Amino acid sequence: MKDSKKRTKILIYLIMCIGAVVMIVPFIWMILTAFKTPTEATSLNPFVFFPRKWKLDAFIDAWSKMDFIKLYLNTILMIVGRVICAVVTATMAGYAFGRLNFKGKNFAFSLVLFQMMVPPQIFIIPQYLIVNKLGLLNTTFSLVFPGLVSAFGTFLLRQSFKSLPKDLEEAARLDGCNIGQTFLHIMMPLAKSNMVALGIFTAIFAYKDLMWPLVANTEQSSMPLSSALAKLQGQFQANYPQLMAAALISCILIVVIYLIFQRQFIEGIATSGGKL
Amino acid sequence: MKKANRNEFIWGWLFILPTMIGLLVLNIIPIFQTIYQSFFKTGDFGKGNIFIGLDNYSRLIQDDAVWQSLINTIKYAVIEVPFSVIIGLLAAVLLNRKMRGRTVFRTIFFLPMVMAPAAVAMVWRWMYNSKFGLLNFLLGKIGLGPVNWISDPKIAIISIAVVGIWSVIGYNMILFLAGLQEIPRDYYEAAEIDGASPVRQFFQITIPLISPTMFFVCITRVIAAFQIFDLVFMMMDTTNSALPKAQTLSYLFYKYSFMQNNKGYGSAIVILLLALILVITFVQMKIEKHVNYE
Repeated sequence: MKDSKKRTKILIYLIMCIGAVVMIVPFIWMILTAFKTPTEATSLNPFVFFPRKWKLDAFIDAWSKMDFIKLYLNTILMIVGRVICAVVTATMAGYAFGRLNFKGKNFAFSLVLFQMMVPPQIFIIPQYLIVNKLGLLNTTFSLVFPGLVSAFGTFLLRQSFKSLPKDLEEAARLDGCNIGQTFLHIMMPLAKSNMVALGIFTAIFAYKDLMWPLVANTEQSSMPLSSALAKLQGQFQANYPQLMAAALISCILIVVIYLIFQRQFIEGIATSGGKL
Repeated sequence: MKKANRNEFIWGWLFILPTMIGLLVLNIIPIFQTIYQSFFKTGDFGKGNIFIGLDNYSRLIQDDAVWQSLINTIKYAVIEVPFSVIIGLLAAVLLNRKMRGRTVFRTIFFLPMVMAPAAVAMVWRWMYNSKFGLLNFLLGKIGLGPVNWISDPKIAIISIAVVGIWSVIGYNMILFLAGLQEIPRDYYEAAEIDGASPVRQFFQITIPLISPTMFFVCITRVIAAFQIFDLVFMMMDTTNSALPKAQTLSYLFYKYSFMQNNKGYGSAIVILLLALILVITFVQMKIEKHVNYE
């Protein structure tokens, strides 16, 4: 009995290790390639796994060809803008939908639910035309624009407010707090974990957004990392070390942040993604 | 009481107003604008819209590229969803215990989720490279290949779906782990006392109790898979001869709307996508009712 338990344990580790290796090989390959020379990267006989000398040339070249500082800045501004807008508007609306009773609530909420069912590609042309008309293409505003409000966030926060007990709120009202004060001082702090979850969720998906930045910010200097990388691929052609170096530079910051806060990231996705 | 009602009405609308205005401007009105746009042809050189009635739709029905891309999209979904769900579930079940290295495994599996899809696609494209790629080299070592992963029209969409699976396993795993945590431990303890094997426990306890999560994950994955754009855009050059067999509806929408600047036809394509997703959602609701009331 004990023996078979041990065997099961070893088997589980074996499966998980194989899985982990498969998951991590592309990263490793990205890193290894980035430190090679172009000749090493495309050498077949012999095939080169590890760079003979770890060279930074590809990073230096990639860095000189792309203004990564600007790209990072654009990305961060986009993420911060979308996160703040989504969390603030969704928390307010979520509270009203979850805790208050007022005329028109059900209809308004059905619009929120409807938005969540519709594929986001359908909004892109009109959104582009609006931003174009405002003359704000190629700005931070255009990057944030589709994320000014969040139907999903509203839904998420409504669920979270709905699950809170009633007595706290009633006590606050009896003490003379108006609805705004009750929300700000009593209820909102209780929904903090879901607000954080929504923030993380919004940040990740803003960072991964590709189609909208491709459409709205076509000038190199106004792009976020995702679409700049996409454009880069055409320019660098077959210089694989440079491509991998650029990809690595683009990913490294968020990967490091993720590795530090991996628990918060994963919990944030688990609570929000589970309600999408 | 009357006053309290009015009070709540004012506060309620005050709170939802930013969201509702945003929804209206960003989403609700654009839906109708897109439908409206689909009855127009964008004039040459950006000259105004020309009303053409249902012409975009009749063109759509006769357009082989659209039907092919619909098939490609379905193929992608049919490959990506089951594999990513099953592997994600398996990983979650194996990790749902006290074990050393649990956090490390979880972190590694989830890592692709925090990478820009552009970067993911670039490294996979490099590994798929038919001449210098890692995969063909490894295949060559065991006497197989070389395979033209993304330039062979027969397998290009499969290769892309593999990247899709790799990207999303961790996400599914996290959702399943959250679902598994809700299953009371005593069920397993009781089963153990009764001498049920781990495999039997999996099928008799885990599967039935995880089915709501499973259902949810499947639906969200199917809907997301139908919208796949970035991997196709990044991995398939416009000059790649396998592109017609790999482009998805979402890609075709982008191509017509923004590369060929025919926003009318692009709109018609995205309406087709909308219709498909609404059908999926409708079927899901029907099944969900069935499952929930069982």
